[in-house]
Amino acid sequence: MTARDVTEQTFEAEVLKSEKPVLVDFWAAWCGPCRMVSPILDEIATENSDKIDIVKVNVDENPNLAMQYQITSIPAMKVFKAGEVSTSIVGAKPKPALEADLAAYLS
Amino acid sequence: MHNVIIIGSGPAGYTAAIYAARAELEPIVIASSVEAGGELMNTTDVENFPGFPEGILGPDLMGKMQAQAERFGAKVVYDDVDSVDLGGPVKTVKTMLGDTYEARSVIIATGSAYRKIGIPDEERLSGRGVSWCATCDGFFFKGKTIAVVGGGDSAMEESTFLTRFAEKVYVVHRRDSLRASKIMQERAFSNPKIEFVWNNEVVGIDGENAVTGLTLRSTLDGSESTLDVQGLFVSIGNDPRTHLVHGQLDLTAEGTIAVEGRSSKTNIPGVFAAGDVIDPTYRQAATAAGSGTVAALDAEHYLASLAEAGEPDAGADQLAGHVA
Ligand SMILES: Cc1cc2nc3c(=O)[nH]c(=O)nc-3n(C[C@H](O)[C@H](O)[C@H](O)COP(=O)(O)OP(=O)(O)OC[C@H]3O[C@@H](n4cnc5c(N)ncnc54)[C@H](O)[C@@H]3O)c2cc1C
Repeated sequence: MTARDVTEQTFEAEVLKSEKPVLVDFWAAWCGPCRMVSPILDEIATENSDKIDIVKVNVDENPNLAMQYQITSIPAMKVFKAGEVSTSIVGAKPKPALEADLAAYLS
Repeated sequence: MHNVIIIGSGPAGYTAAIYAARAELEPIVIASSVEAGGELMNTTDVENFPGFPEGILGPDLMGKMQAQAERFGAKVVYDDVDSVDLGGPVKTVKTMLGDTYEARSVIIATGSAYRKIGIPDEERLSGRGVSWCATCDGFFFKGKTIAVVGGGDSAMEESTFLTRFAEKVYVVHRRDSLRASKIMQERAFSNPKIEFVWNNEVVGIDGENAVTGLTLRSTLDGSESTLDVQGLFVSIGNDPRTHLVHGQLDLTAEGTIAVEGRSSKTNIPGVFAAGDVIDPTYRQAATAAGSGTVAALDAEHYLASLAEAGEPDAGADQLAGHVA
């Protein structure tokens, strides 16, 4: 399952109003570590599709979202719960490390 | 049981893989899951790797090295090594995803990790204005004022690159002259957006949720001053990544893996090391590639001598457990 793109137009409906926790992966095409972490997030999404939604925001195309959430380093992964950021992860990490960071949502 | 496992996929690891694959040793490269390709994945133009007169992008260069290794049969695994057991004739390598690999020889090419300044707020504000990667994060500092700390080639490269985005880039350096090569210095000196702050070190980073400024201390008279910036890029060098082999391989006073003379031989037979992890001095893509060559040739020679002596490992393939 490949994470779908969310934009400034769809962010509210798909992220802020979501019933399930949503992990938003802030990324860009020119960011090498983003390319490395994206298949890992896809795997985590597939294995936990009942517990967490994983979507992507392209910071080049959605600069206002990047600014609003004070992104200064990517990949930045933020989990939104009931419209609020509940966990922030910065930087690409191996799958077991990401799973540990996200343990609260995956169990 | 494999002939050779190569840990690391920078210029050293991939070059070792090209040589080992062409020698039909069917090497396994454990590349790391999120840092495959090594340090050059985080840079733009590489202008001093021979064979590319127009320069080449770091990620493109690493993609080509990987393709060249795979063309001759090297197998690249996107996983991270968690622990190694190097002592006996059969070396064991365990990964974060839970696989175990066994081999007659191992080449350690784990490169280096960026150095931190080591001041309290550095960690807290990392990802909130403190960064170690200009190409990854420069974009977020459009029109802002930022500082780069460091005086080597990478610091000059990063500063020059960051002027694409930032309004102003201060380079904070402890001394009054640079380590960087002449060409990189000239580029930085002639850039109107770059201003040097000589003889100062960063002793504090200010900011609640985002960087707002730095506290500097003069290396001449100890006086402190502040510098208003919204970002800090740290480029003060690298330390060899040796934690995997602590207690197993001898290290040098500089912290690199100790090797015998110009070879790649460590203190354990069948274990070789290459690239920045053995190099306290040069640390270039081309020297790392050369060092990877040496390691593959040393491993090949070692394996040939094992074969001559009669293999010690018959039956080892049947070891219990999940063996990849
Ligand atoms: C910003 C920047 C710009 C640079 N520009 C240039 C340049 O223009 N020209 C030049 O010649 N040099 C340049 N360099 C230096 C060059 O990148 C290094 O000298 C070179 O990459 C060293 O190669 P290496 O193979 O020894 O290590 P690295 O490239 O650091 O690769 C090490 C590899 O080991 C892997 N690894 C580490 N631990 C593990 C583990 N436990 N499990 C699995 N894998 C692991 C890493 O993920 C990585 O893939 C630059 C460096 C930087 C930081």
